[in-house]
Amino acid sequence: MATTYTLIDKSILGSNQASVSFTGLGSYSSTYTDLKLVASVRDTSASNYQNAKLTFNSSTSGYSDRAIRAYGGSTVDSTSGSGSSINLFYETSDSATANTFGTYEIYIPNFSSSNYKSVSIDCVTENNASDAFLGLVAGLWSNTAAITSITVAPLSGSANLKSGSSFYLYGIKNS
Amino acid sequence: MAATYEPIATTTLGSSANTVTFSSISGSYTDIVAVCSVKATTGSDEVLRSQVNGDTGSNYSYTYVQGVSAGAQSGRASNTSLILTQAGNLAIPEGASTFAPYVVQYMNYSNTNTFKTILSRGAGVNQAGASVSLWRSTSAITSIRFYIAAGNFDTGSTFTLYGIKAA
Repeated sequence: MATTYTLIDKSILGSNQASVSFTGLGSYSSTYTDLKLVASVRDTSASNYQNAKLTFNSSTSGYSDRAIRAYGGSTVDSTSGSGSSINLFYETSDSATANTFGTYEIYIPNFSSSNYKSVSIDCVTENNASDAFLGLVAGLWSNTAAITSITVAPLSGSANLKSGSSFYLYGIKNS
Repeated sequence: MAATYEPIATTTLGSSANTVTFSSISGSYTDIVAVCSVKATTGSDEVLRSQVNGDTGSNYSYTYVQGVSAGAQSGRASNTSLILTQAGNLAIPEGASTFAPYVVQYMNYSNTNTFKTILSRGAGVNQAGASVSLWRSTSAITSIRFYIAAGNFDTGSTFTLYGIKAA
């Protein structure tokens, strides 16, 4: 029986950079069924956390998402959005406790199918203060194209991903 | 190095069906993870449910949290007849091209000393959530059924079981 959950690619930042992309994923369409991105992230924004954004195939349209969020020690809410990226998940930013990186996991089933692409995202940012974040996100890219590239970045264009952030992309095969 | 996260079985529906069952599940893993990518036939308006070992009795309970257009919600049920494999009452999408992912983890499924805990994450259209369920039995799980109470899973829905071994 095949072993799956194979590491396809990784990016460990040695310096700050604007975004991380995994490309050429079309070559895995017959090898894997699903993709999973596991990230440990901090960005340079002067805040405790901020939105991250996810796009596919360099597309900036057709996205929508819904999140249930817990933050600030007492707030629980549900919010939704639509537009140029999936962006209701969060990453730790540079005003948070030093040496602290948040985590998000993005599960992408059937990434090469001809259906719209639904994703499931879990994210946490931690901070030894009153302001931290936990979220569960459902995202949708209303596009039937197979996913051939994945890009993640801080939603704020003025912030960069910080050195030391890591991104691991796994392929999962169902047989 | 031990092999882990092994695909055990997969079903892709070539026609609509109300139920998908995996039987004769090997007890050689530590956890079972089911990844489901599903949509329902038009008018089904139902939630993704699960039962194990053919148990249709009131031997389950669950707690959920969900984010929907109405806001953040939570709830629970005791002595119920199903595992809630997604959050709350989130209906499976019925759109033409939209399948929603659900990841369901049956923890220590073959342990014969403990009741069984099941964790679930659902990411439907405009809805997100998680749930925890309990099956009050010390029997090892040998079969898993996914179903909806009314209507059918649509053609193209996929259900895959993976085995995770701790060592």
